[in-house]
Amino acid sequence: MRMLASKALVQVLEEQGVRHIFGYPGAANTPILDAVGKSSIAHILMRNEQGAVHAAAGYARLTGKVGVCTATSGPGATNMITGIANAYMDSIPLVVLTGQVASGLVGRDAFQEVDTTGVTTPISKHNYLVKDPNDLPRILEEAFWIAGTGRPGPVVVDIPMDVQRMRVDYQPQGTPQIRGYCPHLPATDADAAQLADAIRQAERPLLVAGGGILIAHASEAFAALAAGTGLPVVSTMMGIGAVPCAHPRYLGMVGSHGVPPANAAFAEADLVVFLGARVSDRTVSDTEALAKRAAVAHVDIDPAEIGKNIPCDLAIAADLADFLPRLTRALAGYTCPGGWADKAAERRAAMPLPDGKKRGAVNPKYLMRRLSEATGGRAVVTTEVGQNQIWTANHYQFARPGTFLTSGGFGTMGFGLPAAMGAKLARPDELVIAIEGDGSFQMSMPELGAIRQWGAEVKIVLFVNRVLGMVHEYQDVNFQSRHSGVDLGAYPHYPSIAAAYDIPCGTVAENQDVDSAIAAMLETPGTYLLEVLVDRTESTL
Amino acid sequence: MAKYILTALVNNHAGILAKMAGLFARRGFNIDSLAVGVTQDPDISATTIVVNGDGHTVDQVLKQLSKLIDVIEVKHLPAEQAVSRELSLIKVACDPTNRSEIVQVVNIFRAKVVDVAPDALIIELTGTGDKIDAFEQMVRPYGILEMCRTGMVAMRRSGQ
Ligand SMILES: Cc1ncc(C[n+]2csc(CCOP(=O)(O)OP(=O)(O)O)c2C)c(N)n1
Ligand SMILES: [Mg+2]
Repeated sequence: MRMLASKALVQVLEEQGVRHIFGYPGAANTPILDAVGKSSIAHILMRNEQGAVHAAAGYARLTGKVGVCTATSGPGATNMITGIANAYMDSIPLVVLTGQVASGLVGRDAFQEVDTTGVTTPISKHNYLVKDPNDLPRILEEAFWIAGTGRPGPVVVDIPMDVQRMRVDYQPQGTPQIRGYCPHLPATDADAAQLADAIRQAERPLLVAGGGILIAHASEAFAALAAGTGLPVVSTMMGIGAVPCAHPRYLGMVGSHGVPPANAAFAEADLVVFLGARVSDRTVSDTEALAKRAAVAHVDIDPAEIGKNIPCDLAIAADLADFLPRLTRALAGYTCPGGWADKAAERRAAMPLPDGKKRGAVNPKYLMRRLSEATGGRAVVTTEVGQNQIWTANHYQFARPGTFLTSGGFGTMGFGLPAAMGAKLARPDELVIAIEGDGSFQMSMPELGAIRQWGAEVKIVLFVNRVLGMVHEYQDVNFQSRHSGVDLGAYPHYPSIAAAYDIPCGTVAENQDVDSAIAAMLETPGTYLLEVLVDRTESTL
Repeated sequence: MAKYILTALVNNHAGILAKMAGLFARRGFNIDSLAVGVTQDPDISATTIVVNGDGHTVDQVLKQLSKLIDVIEVKHLPAEQAVSRELSLIKVACDPTNRSEIVQVVNIFRAKVVDVAPDALIIELTGTGDKIDAFEQMVRPYGILEMCRTGMVAMRRSGQ
């Protein structure tokens, strides 16, 4: 059928099941917005393009579907850069639609022109500059396919505004055929048998769950593996939730911000099996030392991750959803050496829980434990970056896979609030809680306007320590407590901010009031801001 | 450190060269040369990349290149299985007294004189990098006014 390219674009989105586009307009993407306005898709106006990308990311992470966002050319596109890089690091499937100046002006430094494909090349899975409107439908179908398959990631489609307004023939094409792009990596029983042998021979084998397990929707298969074998499990930050945090074999997060039982097991293991993990420096600071003390097996859908950061003895490039059931079968009849696994579990059981004894401020770790209790670990939780992120990672007891939405690889302050909004719009029935640091919150605070406008009823828990807490602590440790550039001062007055957006607000300053404050937040219908007063000397771990 | 030859078939799309070059720079891969040209299929270009590094680097270059959507396939080509060539143009200073001497060297190397002026010759030479290096040594004493070389292009020998 012959139609405007912008209309064909919207039809492809509808074919893909898109219901929300997070965006911000400008002249160069107005034809897209015009077509969206006439369609079944809602354009969710954010307050900054970065918020649009993060909201689409929250949407994508919770649903497993491709998130879509749009911005105008030039500053609109560059405001998206942080969000795109964040999605690239955490393998989040996005299609990013940017307007570009008219074809005839490309390359002439026109008003609001930037080389969008140039600046997004190192931070996207793929990108396109659409020159011929007839290519647009095929490119969009490819963009969705590439973003959502294999190791997911953001795909940028840059469309000159005149191209958006040309007429094209549109015919849905079905699954794209892209020469040389083979996202499916089937697993083999032979590989599973090899890893099973290594596990059987090891005295102290350990499973490391990465975010890949969640992306592959393989957490059930993974939990079955852990339960069937009794193998101890640790996770990376992105892998939290691969097994329920309360699972008897789960020891917690490893790495520089991980918990002692997980790190102790990691230090003692003689076989470490990475499953869907990048082995980043935050997870394993000294990869050579690890390779010396233990055998390393690495399973990932992205062959380039295997051997990139850590030399490995057994390399398996495969889709975990296919691989894990094979591994479980290959390990039939096997049980992990009891001494080792039990010792690890005992260490975890012996870990003291954070308490609420202190007066005059709230213990944030205690609050996260209480919040976890109150919600049964079943909330969808987003975080910012800083101490708030680690308090959440180590103390909220996630009961369900894929409900911890955090910026793992890029560590992007400002992610949590818009991500929570995107998640809530994707799944209005879920309880979505944004855990905020006061520095990070102020980076995305204007998105409260979008949250209210679009009825995203998220609960906001704001840790107010009036400081960039994690950096403040870093200066304590590494700069003899010379604090520089980390004090946030006395403003703003958060209850007034909440009032400005008609958001009910509570403040909790004492541990003894934590439970009632949480109850008030959960019982109040709609969006809610809980201000939690925390001592700035509170430790991260 | 050793040199490795990689050959890649890529979609002939605008920007693919920038994507490849950007990848090498960003990941700190040390590239000796990168040559690109269209194949018998106008939609596909063949590229030859010479990488400096160890086995681990080559493994990573191969995998990272494969991840580029516009890269159709990329392979390591062991030197003993490769036919490889470079082309060079060399402008050598000359005068009537030494011109024929230079032409003798040109003939020995089976190079070609492609432009003649009273005070200079442009010589075209095709061969392996070593051959071009050797030729350069031979004509250097006469005075090299200008020189340019393509990167290596390479192909697997038939039956290998
Ligand atoms: C965009 C961005 N800028 C800077 C940083 C560096 N950084 C990491 S943690 C942190 C402090 C965060 O402060 P806050 O949000 O108040 O969290 P807290 O540590 O106090 O819980 C900073 C500045 C970052 N991660 N992201
Ligand atoms: Mg703070």
